[in-house]
Amino acid sequence: MSKVRVLVGTRKGAFILSADGQRKDWEVSGPFFAGWEIYHMKGSPVNPDRIYVSQNTSWSGQVIQRSDDGGKTWHAPGGGVQKSPEGFPVGESNRFVYDTSAETGKPLTTHQWYDGTQHPWEFKRVWHLEPSLTDAEAVYAGVEDAALFRSTDGAHSWQELPALRGHGTGPQWQPGAGGMCLHTILLDPADPERIYIAISAAGAFRTDDGGQSWKPINKGLHSQFIPDPNAEVGHCVHHIAMNPQRPGVLFMQKHWDVMRSDDAGDSWREVSGNLPTDFGFAIDVHSHEPETLYVVPIKSDSEHFPLDGKLAVYRSRTGGNEWEAMTNGLPQKDCYVNVLRDAMAVDTLDECGVYFGTTGGQVYGSADAGKSWAPLVHNLPAVLSVEVQTLP
Amino acid sequence: MMRVVLPYHLRTLAGVEGEVRLEVAAPANMRTVLDAIEARYPVLRGTIREHETGKRRAFLRFFACQEDWSLEPMDAELPEAVASGKEPLLILGAIAGG
Repeated sequence: MSKVRVLVGTRKGAFILSADGQRKDWEVSGPFFAGWEIYHMKGSPVNPDRIYVSQNTSWSGQVIQRSDDGGKTWHAPGGGVQKSPEGFPVGESNRFVYDTSAETGKPLTTHQWYDGTQHPWEFKRVWHLEPSLTDAEAVYAGVEDAALFRSTDGAHSWQELPALRGHGTGPQWQPGAGGMCLHTILLDPADPERIYIAISAAGAFRTDDGGQSWKPINKGLHSQFIPDPNAEVGHCVHHIAMNPQRPGVLFMQKHWDVMRSDDAGDSWREVSGNLPTDFGFAIDVHSHEPETLYVVPIKSDSEHFPLDGKLAVYRSRTGGNEWEAMTNGLPQKDCYVNVLRDAMAVDTLDECGVYFGTTGGQVYGSADAGKSWAPLVHNLPAVLSVEVQTLP
Repeated sequence: MMRVVLPYHLRTLAGVEGEVRLEVAAPANMRTVLDAIEARYPVLRGTIREHETGKRRAFLRFFACQEDWSLEPMDAELPEAVASGKEPLLILGAIAGG
């Protein structure tokens, strides 16, 4: 029977929730890396036992951890085969250095700050790790301040793909409230040279040549705070989702507005439709029905919680515009949590499972594509990210 | 043998319990101490001082013989009591955040 493994990153550690294909009884393991912020953890599609983890604190910076046995044991890659005197594996996988060399990088050292002045580009943390679709040793990292890095040696070492920051608009990029983060990385399963990324608050970008060149893909986005309606960059894209069966169709939760693109991001149109509020962070697509979407509407950019204290996932089965509230099993009173941008995921079982985590520490799951929900776990630290692995 | 007390999260990261005891070549200063720590625990590279600049991370502080050593030059010689191991060198995380 198939199994499901839910990887949960929280403000104070990582957790793994496991269940069989029924998805009723969940076993919780963790906390791993207790006390550290775990922005993201994700398994390799090539080798599901290979899991990459972004571990960070403001005190001690960035560490990348890796498991080769499905989360039973972990180590920080790098540093050869050294062991500490206590036998603990050691490594150096936290070295993210911007490429400013004249040969391969660009001498880009500043971006726009909140007050409009230029501000130094400073590495802070890894927001998102995206393992390669074809090579378990290859993994991409989206970082704050925004840049894209890649490792081809299992996270031992990291190199920036500098053409993204250097493509021309970099000095205009500015941070959103959560920092200037590259938070979304989508790899096109049909075209290994095509990658989509998104940055708050610069917008979405695409490469069609494996990262050697990039272009902004923000036409059709409209943001109240940007005076120029045709602005190439500056949009606060919160998240983008794709169904791998139709990689040219993208769905976006922008700061405000739920958007759709049918041409690989070249143009976008709004599909917020009858949503009660179109502010939000998380968005995902059903694993078998490419026109079925999920969002979690949040009241506003000033009040990051559900409308009226009622937690609801909204589902569209028409690719947007027509939405229905899926509330069965979710709290409908006094609920004031948030669902962050990387905290929703789907499994690939026959009846698609949908999962999301809250800043209140609950992880909810639906084994019937959203019709009903139940908490997998109630009281974790604030959830930053949720990823799902469907295992044979 | 010098004695160094690491903050909790760095002890768990490096997999050590209690104080770290290190042989540090004379003259003992913060640079040679951190070099020795990082040589023994490469996973701590970048967690106490930044990779490229070598600067102390902002939320960490150094104390020697009850004196704040954080803003002293990296090459400033540490007190004899610390260099000899009579007193530990403290690396502390700022009391901030949740």
